[in-house]
Amino acid sequence: MELHTLTIHEAARMLEKREISAIELTDAVLERIHTLDPLVDAYITVTADAARQRAKMADQMIAKGEGGRLSGIPLSIKDLICTKGVKTTCASRMLEDFHPPYDATVMDKLNAAGAVMVGKVNMDEFAMGSSTENSGIKATKNPWDLSRVPGGSSGGSAASVAADMCMGSLGSDTGGSIRQPASHCGVVGIKPTYGRVSRFGLVAFASSLDQIGPLAKDVTDAAILLNAIAGYDSRDSTSINRPIPDYTSGLTGDIKGIKIGIPKEYHAAKGVSESVTAAIDQAISVFKNAGAEFVEITLPHTDYAVAAYYLIAPAEASSNLARYDGVKYGFRSPEGQGLLDMYKNTRSRGFGAEVKRRILLGTYALSAGYYEAYYKKASQVRTLIKQDFRNAFEACDVILAPVAPSPAFKIGEHIDDPLRMYLSDIFTLSANLAGIPGLSVPCGFSTEGLPIGLQLMGNYFDETTLLNAAYYFERQTDFHRQKADLSRALNQ
Amino acid sequence: MEFAPVIGLEVHAQLKTRTKIFCSCSTRFGAPPNTHVCPVCLGMPGVLPVLNQAVVEYAMRMALATDCRIAPESRFARKNYFYPDLPKGYQISQYELPIAEHGQVNITRPDGTRKKIGITRIHMEEDAGKLIHDPDRSISMVDYNRTGVPLIEIVSEPDIESPEEAGAYLRQLRAVLRYLDISDGNMEEGSFRCDANVSVRPKESEQLGTRTELKNLNSFKFVEKALAYEINRQIRVISENGEVIQETRLWDMDKNRTFSMRGKEEAHDYRYFPDPDLVPLKIDEDWIARIQADLPELPDQRKDRFMAQFELPAYDADILTASRELADYFEACLRQVENPKLVSNWVMGNLLGLLNAEGKTIEETPISAEEMAELLKLVNDEVISGKIAKTVFDEMVASGKSPKAIVEEQGLVQVTDASAIEAVVDAVIDRCPNEVASYKAGKKKLLGFFVGQVMKETQGKANPQMVNQILKEKLG
Ligand SMILES: [Zn+2]
Repeated sequence: MELHTLTIHEAARMLEKREISAIELTDAVLERIHTLDPLVDAYITVTADAARQRAKMADQMIAKGEGGRLSGIPLSIKDLICTKGVKTTCASRMLEDFHPPYDATVMDKLNAAGAVMVGKVNMDEFAMGSSTENSGIKATKNPWDLSRVPGGSSGGSAASVAADMCMGSLGSDTGGSIRQPASHCGVVGIKPTYGRVSRFGLVAFASSLDQIGPLAKDVTDAAILLNAIAGYDSRDSTSINRPIPDYTSGLTGDIKGIKIGIPKEYHAAKGVSESVTAAIDQAISVFKNAGAEFVEITLPHTDYAVAAYYLIAPAEASSNLARYDGVKYGFRSPEGQGLLDMYKNTRSRGFGAEVKRRILLGTYALSAGYYEAYYKKASQVRTLIKQDFRNAFEACDVILAPVAPSPAFKIGEHIDDPLRMYLSDIFTLSANLAGIPGLSVPCGFSTEGLPIGLQLMGNYFDETTLLNAAYYFERQTDFHRQKADLSRALNQ
Repeated sequence: MEFAPVIGLEVHAQLKTRTKIFCSCSTRFGAPPNTHVCPVCLGMPGVLPVLNQAVVEYAMRMALATDCRIAPESRFARKNYFYPDLPKGYQISQYELPIAEHGQVNITRPDGTRKKIGITRIHMEEDAGKLIHDPDRSISMVDYNRTGVPLIEIVSEPDIESPEEAGAYLRQLRAVLRYLDISDGNMEEGSFRCDANVSVRPKESEQLGTRTELKNLNSFKFVEKALAYEINRQIRVISENGEVIQETRLWDMDKNRTFSMRGKEEAHDYRYFPDPDLVPLKIDEDWIARIQADLPELPDQRKDRFMAQFELPAYDADILTASRELADYFEACLRQVENPKLVSNWVMGNLLGLLNAEGKTIEETPISAEEMAELLKLVNDEVISGKIAKTVFDEMVASGKSPKAIVEEQGLVQVTDASAIEAVVDAVIDRCPNEVASYKAGKKKLLGFFVGQVMKETQGKANPQMVNQILKEKLG
């Protein structure tokens, strides 16, 4: 049996029964990375030695019967989640050699649960992008078609899960950065409710929108990972103190009577490819068979979501990224004379084009004389969008929508058209603006054989309903079991 | 044309909480550079601020002490600018929704009348670090110990009409801060800083003139001097048909003048927006009531009490309550010596005279309240005269000995034995027949001469009232 193909729940059962050891499992995954990553380029850093050490510890704990829920489970971590002593680059030249002296809260939690981090994975620089092409380090390829992007910004996470180079991953989602790459790579990804997971140690892109979440091989694994990382954290003032349900025991597969809302505005959205429409329609009929009730809902401010998002997120980013000035840590340009030169050269050379574009946008939106018209107006739109969702959830339990208008595109295809890239976030970024949870679950393939994801959005803190609906869907289909065939590429 | 100055002050006061405003680093002053720092106050990637509740409560105390309205919901905002002493590239402050607004403080004008100065707002913010320039190596270094030390900014209404009023307002604010025990209020050490906005308008007009902002005013004296200079400068500019430019000016303490630092065009655009890392701060009535109940007696209240309870004149009460420590000293003395006016005269005269001469504060007094009370008890019980007491006081300062020991050693106990005094009086009268004759002829001023003779004879130890009385009796 090829151990790297296991899901977390399968591996955990075998570890518990001592059919396999954590070190065998970790070695299998490390071997897989060694073989495949030269093709996929998902990893920025592979922490093989530390992983083996932690796997051995996990074996000891399991032997003593003291194993945690993730004991010995190899995971990859998006490279903007701080890992103590392990390089955390945010895929930026600016932090190329930054080793945080602290762990993110989610890392504390994963470590406490016995997880084994095998490495840090690629992303769009500072999570700004939808293709992982904006990485300052390298472009990650989609395992289903190496000439295509894996999506982004958590492209490394999605690709590493899809290619079995880890058993699960943590990504972050600011406008769709977990759900969209999950959709493009045929894995499950969930963006939890804002405040459900601590942001302490997550390098900020847009603080009011960022949320850490899991990418996994199936819904059960996503539920396990979410349980491991969720919870209030006194170090994050925006995390919310309320009980964490056991998400896995909520996976009953019984969704009879569930009300699923279809936003009429999403139906009207232009530029959605035929294959995506077909896969979504297919998914709707699967839910209908389960006795789900479909209702048409309206999210009247959807038209303004992209504009509001691309004011708020860059505005926050322009401030969050001001700390990278060459003074204290990270890259400092040696050129020029004096303070102003140091700032200019450091920030001009340390950041990539997309990051600079967004810093400029955000600085502009916050400037005196423009603040009212841009940032403030966008914040008002945001309030209306929240209200839209509150109204919608009066009528339904979950909202069903596409994740992305089309499957993964070719590397380089849209790189010169940032506006088109921004518009492709239309279905995902509303959930971030509203702060509600959303997930992507595989729901079909395009004619070229590229995975397509189905998005489900839920009410605040109702990840349970969301996961259970996805779980039902997953059990009725086998899309999540299909794997990218990398053997041909390997033999070339 | 006559001109009236219009002055508004912005005061930054460091709060003496044990830890910083958004992390748990110590706020202690004077530690080796970059030893009171952590990832949060260094602005490392991914870390988040967590508001220190003590800072909120300190700010609430100041708000209540200055009659401000505390906002049920306030917000922190980011003030964005680049400077090496600002590790995040923004300062967490409050902007649109400060914690408190619409307050006032009372000042006493130089002529003794009271005046209300309005408080526009009080808000909380974090301090920046400190740049240290090394000219020998032509490099600059940063010390982040001060980064994240809590500050409150207190903004006044433009109600201040002279440099002296500005001084009185600052002293009053500092007194309140110190009574509340929330700030050291030390201008020289930078725990109390002041910027001033000043303009002049023709006396008969309500139309405000263009204002300038004055910075680098790091002592009470400089504030008054800089304001006086700037007011005169503006009047001169206007009188010469010139135009005052809206700008920021720095006080040059060596040249005793202000000079332009930057104009309006170069003013920073701070791009304020609500800090998404911190949730709105909610303060309910219960919390306010708890803080209110905990407030100590404030300078104004103490002054009024001193006047009512101890029957002190306003002048005395004002001076004695100017600092909490001095008022405490006074009341500590009073507990031993129930003679408020005697104690007041001694504390204001001899003690403050000594401290001023030596440039010391009341906390550094060489004579403790207990020692002072012991001395004044001797005066009050007529063991020694006031004159002798002054000698004893000087000896206490010089030798550090207790007043009782000095009086005993030097045999300074007052002579109150009537027969002993009578004997000396008789001897003096015998010795000075001419003066006695003149006195009897109506030259009553000579009484002082006889008193002097008696005191000289007794080395100043005779009770002066008794000497007076006996002399008058004997001289007829
Ligand atoms: Zn700190």
